[in-house]
Amino acid sequence: MTDTSLLDASGIAKSFGAVRALTEARLTVDRGEVVALMGANGAGKSTFVKILTGALRPDAGRVLIRGAEASVGSPAEARRSGLVPVYQEPSLIPDLDVADNLRLGDTPVEPFRAWVAELGINRLKLSDMIGELPLATLRILDLARALAAKPDVLLLDEMTAALPTDLVERVLKVVRAEADEGLGVIYVSHRFAEISQLCDRASVLRDGRTVGDLPIEPGVEDRAVELMLGQTLDLGARETSGAVTRKTGTPRLAVRTLAARPKLSDVSFDLYPGEVLGVVALEGQGQDELFEVLAGFERPGAGTIQVDGVPVRFSHPADAIAAGLTFVPGNRSEALLSQRPVRENVALPFAARLRSWGQLKLRRERERVGYAIDKLQIDTRAQGEVQRLSGGNQQKVTIGRWIATGVETLLLFDPTRGIDVRTKRQIYPLVRELAENGAAVLYYTSELAEIPQACDRAVVIFNGRVVDVIDASAADEATLMRAAYGLTNGASAA
Amino acid sequence: MKGLVRKHGWSLGLGLLFLLLLAVTRLIQPTFGASGFESLARAALPFAFATAGMAIVVIVGGIDLSVASMMAVAAVLAAVLMERIAGVPALFIVLAAGLVMGLVNGALIVLTRVPDIVVTLAMLFVWEGVALLILETPGGAASDWLEAGIRGFFPVEGIPQALLIIVVAIGAVWLPVRRSKLGLSIYATGSDERAAFRSGVAVGRTKIAAYGLCGLFCAMGGLSLAALTGIGEPVPGPYLLASVAAVVLGGVVLGGGRGGLLGPIIAVFILRIIRTILTLMAVDPNVTTIIEGTIMVAVVMLGTWLTMRGARR
Repeated sequence: MTDTSLLDASGIAKSFGAVRALTEARLTVDRGEVVALMGANGAGKSTFVKILTGALRPDAGRVLIRGAEASVGSPAEARRSGLVPVYQEPSLIPDLDVADNLRLGDTPVEPFRAWVAELGINRLKLSDMIGELPLATLRILDLARALAAKPDVLLLDEMTAALPTDLVERVLKVVRAEADEGLGVIYVSHRFAEISQLCDRASVLRDGRTVGDLPIEPGVEDRAVELMLGQTLDLGARETSGAVTRKTGTPRLAVRTLAARPKLSDVSFDLYPGEVLGVVALEGQGQDELFEVLAGFERPGAGTIQVDGVPVRFSHPADAIAAGLTFVPGNRSEALLSQRPVRENVALPFAARLRSWGQLKLRRERERVGYAIDKLQIDTRAQGEVQRLSGGNQQKVTIGRWIATGVETLLLFDPTRGIDVRTKRQIYPLVRELAENGAAVLYYTSELAEIPQACDRAVVIFNGRVVDVIDASAADEATLMRAAYGLTNGASAA
Repeated sequence: MKGLVRKHGWSLGLGLLFLLLLAVTRLIQPTFGASGFESLARAALPFAFATAGMAIVVIVGGIDLSVASMMAVAAVLAAVLMERIAGVPALFIVLAAGLVMGLVNGALIVLTRVPDIVVTLAMLFVWEGVALLILETPGGAASDWLEAGIRGFFPVEGIPQALLIIVVAIGAVWLPVRRSKLGLSIYATGSDERAAFRSGVAVGRTKIAAYGLCGLFCAMGGLSLAALTGIGEPVPGPYLLASVAAVVLGGVVLGGGRGGLLGPIIAVFILRIIRTILTLMAVDPNVTTIIEGTIMVAVVMLGTWLTMRGARR
């Protein structure tokens, strides 16, 4: 028993109709080992995770847990055999309280409470309704529930995506400590920082095939990206030259001393046509409120907004749209009609802007939509329903469709969340092209490295206030990081 | 205590509304007393069972359009069997038949993956045909004890036998289920099917079980129909839409996951007594339905408004 791997999956293949999602995937996890599972979107990562956790049956290959064939037909069975997953989205029942959720999965209560406390959530009552708890807390409860089940192998699928920095640190520490006690961990993530802090090894998946195992050491980022892309690519290069010109004249959007409860207290900036203005902020610094106010979802507590020099007051999202402000949420399912074809999703805002009720000028629409689809570089499945696309491709549709329509002011809220490097690199030029066509773009991202890639300037928001404005194309990640943590070099705030 | 009130707030409100309506009835018709209440409870019997069944499938996140047809099958089966064999075995055969019909509905939905509304719409016609095959025209005969069993008062004057049957029959089935893992799974599946699956709930089996319970309650509803009329009637009565109405009024959220059976059962009595009041006031029967619908919308709107206000505080 001692020298067999905790988990040994080999030769896994799976097809959906004509699409071969996995051809030859493998993964081993030994006692006390934390293995990162990496892969670009569309590489088959989600399918592999589903097979490992028993949500899908493979066409070929086998999954051994502790040397025994795991009969994984359902998550319940996988759990019994010793593999416990924590998924990307919470898997707790919103209409039941904490205690009932534990009862549902036969989770012992006392270990669960101990883990919850260990993970840094102090005020939790077993009678709390899941639906009333914040997202970050739910992620922690998911993890605590998994740990309380005493798994042999723990699978964490992008679980830190919705967590604030301090909780991420806590989670990594606890998981590492458990691994040192013998737990095997599969860590699915895009975040190199977390992987290099936590993992022993990275297993890379490309086009449905496991293409390599990398020990975690300095420089592993470049090797992993190379493996994921299948070719050596320079990560840092900015695709469009985009010389930063000092913008003058009337700003498209002028925000002054804007405040909105609970977190936004004093934000001012100007956004000019043809410019991509980044928003640099750690989780929960007021950027959510800022975008909600600008999109007309919430009314500001104080401050003014001017669009093209004219003061505006939004009391409904329709007012913001009428003023030319278009909001693209980070959650793509809020922006797309998932059961309709790509073509129609691209054409949708175009049709919505037509003033007349008469017949659509189909020819002109087709041309522009065709152009946008070319730009999106979505493969031949473009005729298919949006829900069949991978997450990254869906996000390209939410942004790229504004190329067809034309847009005055675009508010992008974390558009690359949970998307692989390759797709990200296709998104930046889309954003740049929108700006070059005259759009003003406000761009919030949770990944600082994107700021120099996509933006001209960036405002830094810390604790609800603008603390700095930086020239984005010249900024390196360390500078941005210092700024995001509120460590300014005495630069003037605008 | 506070939590209990919060959890059952809707049912509590409905209970108060019912008492208010009872008082109004007394005001309009001072002679309305124990016997009036008894006939009200008797009339409510089939509606209560249909509603209980419908409530369970709505909580699990589905809907069953075939409740009235299943009740018709159970009613004619009861009438035909009770003519030939002794009462008690016939009773159990009918209950078993109801359970099987419900399980068939559930299994078809889960195995074929056809949407529940389509499957049960199809089964509405299938069960209707089965009822007509068993008994082409109204006939047969319910056992005397069955007919007598739903009349009068027990154990004390003032509590109608029919009310007792509703409470005991539904309670005996639902309370153990509610407290078991199956009950939890039913709420979990209705609340968020994917999260339930990931929590290890056998979602398919849970759904089939919920539809089975619905079939069981429909069998009870069919038995009470046979008891009320003394014969078997193969044509389904107006129980489908009435049960959906009572379920909604009773605080069960269409889409699943929330609510219980107490609220819907009280809602059945409310809808019944409103009809009684309108009849006593000699309101045009055509206007009656308009008023019933208006009251339903008003109550649900008021409830939603109160919940939202409560949540904001």
